[in-house]
Amino acid sequence: MFEVRIHSRGGQGGVTAARLLALAAVRDGKYATAFPFYGAERRGAPVVSFVRIDDSPIRISSQIKKPDLVIVLDPSVMDVVDVLQGLRPGGRVLLNARERRDMKGYPTFTVDLTGIALREKLEVAGSPILNTPVLGALAKMGIVTMESAKSAITEMFSDPRNVSAAEAAYRELVA
Amino acid sequence: MLTVATGNKAVAAAVKEAAPAVVAAYPITPQTEIVEQIAEYVSSGELKSQYIPVESEHSAMAACIGASVTGARTFTATSSHGLHYMHEMVNWAAGARLPIVMANVNRALGPGWNIWAEHTDAFQERDSGWLQVYVGSVQEAFDAVLMAFCIAEDERVLLPVMVNLDGFLLSHTMQPLEVEKAGDFIPPLRLPHAIDPQEPCGYGTLTGPDEYFRLRWDIERSMRDAVDVIRGTQERFAERFGRKYGMVDEYRCDDAEVVVVAAGTLGREAEVAVDLLRNEGIRAGSMRIRWFRPFPRLDLSGRDVVVIDRDYSFGFGGVLAKSIAAKEGARPFSVIAGLGGQEVTYEDIAGFVRNRQPGRELWFGVNGDV
Repeated sequence: MFEVRIHSRGGQGGVTAARLLALAAVRDGKYATAFPFYGAERRGAPVVSFVRIDDSPIRISSQIKKPDLVIVLDPSVMDVVDVLQGLRPGGRVLLNARERRDMKGYPTFTVDLTGIALREKLEVAGSPILNTPVLGALAKMGIVTMESAKSAITEMFSDPRNVSAAEAAYRELVA
Repeated sequence: MLTVATGNKAVAAAVKEAAPAVVAAYPITPQTEIVEQIAEYVSSGELKSQYIPVESEHSAMAACIGASVTGARTFTATSSHGLHYMHEMVNWAAGARLPIVMANVNRALGPGWNIWAEHTDAFQERDSGWLQVYVGSVQEAFDAVLMAFCIAEDERVLLPVMVNLDGFLLSHTMQPLEVEKAGDFIPPLRLPHAIDPQEPCGYGTLTGPDEYFRLRWDIERSMRDAVDVIRGTQERFAERFGRKYGMVDEYRCDDAEVVVVAAGTLGREAEVAVDLLRNEGIRAGSMRIRWFRPFPRLDLSGRDVVVIDRDYSFGFGGVLAKSIAAKEGARPFSVIAGLGGQEVTYEDIAGFVRNRQPGRELWFGVNGDV
């Protein structure tokens, strides 16, 4: 079982990112579940979403306590949330950031998803869309195949810029 | 086609396949996505139903009753406070022998105001004459809705069916979903007592004690006959679509010395706890209650029983634990857990089994000390 926790702020697309990742994993022939933690959140508040990926059907509904991968779509949540909490030894971190930063020695991958979205003019109501480009970065990390990532994106979104943003993230991911 | 969907979307997709003539509904968290999606299907023409937006759940069920009594297939969805707002009509639907199908997204009752999973909302309707099924996955939600129409409309049953799914844990969780083409799986509805303007007759007039008593017994007789209809429908479903369901879903029970009984997602999570306990040498099994009305028989002889209730009947006990004690003469360890969406993990469930005390009741996380 591979477990992922996504940190973002309400309205940034963390839930959709979780759903896209689950769909891509299913297109890879795996089982997956995606669910947000529903609290009393609103736009702008720190939120978490979870994804489980496995080779057999997933029977667990409880929240992920010990993720294998933490994705931070909005690094500003790190000021208020310990995003590394429970991260397994050897677990990885994927950061939406322009520059590398140390995540207490955990293998950290960096990609400027915000910059990519702005470059591709991928915006909703003035906010850059992060959830489709992040799939490209996850494909580069080997979590899903790029083919399935693109398939998941095109199944959910018709605008081709979503795929080109994912391709840019695939190219620009820094380990 | 294999896709990924929430439990709510799965219910709506199944309703599209069943193509009810009338859908009347009122939104409520965490059910709203079901009726929104159905409204979209109707608006886009993918579903040819009469969609009746109403001003309350009481009216939603009343509209379903009015439509159903003409012989039209009907569907509605609700949750928690909505279910209780329609309580009077819920009873009426069963008494009038109308095969209405309703999805109820299980949610706690306020106050304190709470939108998360709990089974007390639907368990409180247990004496209404509705059949009730509880699902453990998104796929099962889809499958259960398809089968619910077959079972409700079978002339040996002719009672409404409530399909229950856990709020957020299923309603808002995305899992793989195979959207089946129902085709002729659901036979056309033929309601023997449908009203017909060509043959006018009276309905709902004052009914004396003798007649009323016979009507009540007839509900119970159909509830008993429903067990065979459920079994037959589930077998027909397995032949056609390849997924098998029982009254109860048993997991590693054959040689189990202790079984965990739970409903909904807790019952699925319990299977993972069973695997964990087996690795420790504890011969555990899981019985996930699917059908709650009619209530199933469980093979508990000679076994320890741990019942997890995501519900409570104040001054009495956990509804599942007390039902099983009464029906099977068991002395379960009764665990009250998950109320109002309380987080319960497979590790917690394994702990209930390891520390079981037959005949006792445990309130998980607060045990008598609030």
